[in-house]
Amino acid sequence: MSSSEAPLKTTPLTETHRALGARMVPFAGYEMPVQFKDGVLTEHKWTRAHAGVFDVSHMGPSFIRLAKSTGDAGADHKAIAAAIEPVISGDIAGLKPGQIRYTILLNEQGGMLDDLMVARFAEPHLADGLYIVVNGATKDDDFALIEKTVLPEAGFLRVDNRALIAVQGPEAVDVVSAIFPGAEDLSFMTLRWFEQGEFPALVARSGYTGEDGYEILIRAEHAVGFYQRLLADERVRPIGLGARDSLRLEAGLPLYGHDADPTVSPIEAGLKFAVPKSRRERGDLRGQGRLIAEFGGQLSRVRVGLKVLEGAPAREGAEIADGAGKVIGVVTSGGFAPSLGQAIAMGFVPPEHAAVGTRLNVIVRGKAQAAEVAAMPFVPHRYVRKP
Amino acid sequence: MRFTKDHEWIELDGDVATVGITAYAAEQLGDVVFVELPTVGRTLKTGDGMAVVESVKAASDVYAPLDGEVAAVNDALSSNPETVNQSPEQDGWFAKVKVADKAAVEALMDRDAYEKFLGTL
Repeated sequence: MSSSEAPLKTTPLTETHRALGARMVPFAGYEMPVQFKDGVLTEHKWTRAHAGVFDVSHMGPSFIRLAKSTGDAGADHKAIAAAIEPVISGDIAGLKPGQIRYTILLNEQGGMLDDLMVARFAEPHLADGLYIVVNGATKDDDFALIEKTVLPEAGFLRVDNRALIAVQGPEAVDVVSAIFPGAEDLSFMTLRWFEQGEFPALVARSGYTGEDGYEILIRAEHAVGFYQRLLADERVRPIGLGARDSLRLEAGLPLYGHDADPTVSPIEAGLKFAVPKSRRERGDLRGQGRLIAEFGGQLSRVRVGLKVLEGAPAREGAEIADGAGKVIGVVTSGGFAPSLGQAIAMGFVPPEHAAVGTRLNVIVRGKAQAAEVAAMPFVPHRYVRKP
Repeated sequence: MRFTKDHEWIELDGDVATVGITAYAAEQLGDVVFVELPTVGRTLKTGDGMAVVESVKAASDVYAPLDGEVAAVNDALSSNPETVNQSPEQDGWFAKVKVADKAAVEALMDRDAYEKFLGTL
């Protein structure tokens, strides 16, 4: 994984970020903006109050498509769903047109290889395809597994040479629907193509901040123009990966590679909802035995939220101890929550210590600091669901 | 005022040195949300971890720029850590240290030398 030798990849927006005065850092093999001139605190708060635009082109968008479509949308969707379901935890066959599902890429032990989005296109003529977005740091391995899994029934196309741009915050709906009229009618976790107009794009109402917002896949040649159009709106500011992390932490959303890894099951990670009854009953999940046992309560650790009640922020790697001083777990991500004005964290502890309100300690630089198990999200989600 | 390559400033008054981090360091760290200061009375050796500055995204060590004994710390930073960003080279001071070797402090970079050093980064 050491990428110190490999040259960093760029996104279609890298030069634009530099021109905006961004501080660039290596992230998932890319040179990415960690913050712009406003700084993390201001960028975070701006996103919660207005609209922030994020370059997330390091992520892994891709398409799969049946080698032979029948022309019957229902049958084609069932066939393409059946091609990908063997390696993921979700019910893809059950997706309605235009629906996006958060799901898990599983290994044979029921551990998490990644978390991802799988969407059924809204357009009937695309019923033989799916849109799949995986994490940046894991995308090469994910793509290889997905391609191997769907072949020969379906073809695989990575489209991470395009730009993926997120617009998040309470004013995102007005900003985005000014460019894509009709985007305001999308419900949370749905998408559709906007082929007409200046910026042809795949527009999804989704995000990673807990706010209402959109994630937009757009061809590289349109990326800079689209990004500049967004920034020309005074409600919009560019937001770096620093604030993206503090926003998702407040929203209680796990970060793959930190709050989940190949040893962690979706049940341990608190993602039970991503392993639906239909898949458990069908019995063909990777790691089926483990996942069913964990559903039955055989769990040694679970992901919890923590409010750090005193002292320094507890960051990844900080030990979690019970009242008697015994180490019972570890923080997997943590930091200062700008919207709350206090330090928060996520970590893994045995289930008997996981009840909301349980008093624990986090060990920061050798010092025990009081912490309390807290409900997640730390900051309420503000997703917009249409009837 | 004297400066180190670790971006600390030292203001000597008699044999007491006030120590903080430079405007450049504060800018690089970003928004400071927590400062852990040394205990009063602690003996510092040059290069010891003296304080920890936490920004939203990371924790950074601040190393003792001199030998001496901590005489006072800036307790106001515990409730207002943002002072480090707002006034890094004045109100955002970290500690006052009773200096063992004033000559060693005088030998550190002056502002001109520090500015030149920043130009090389």
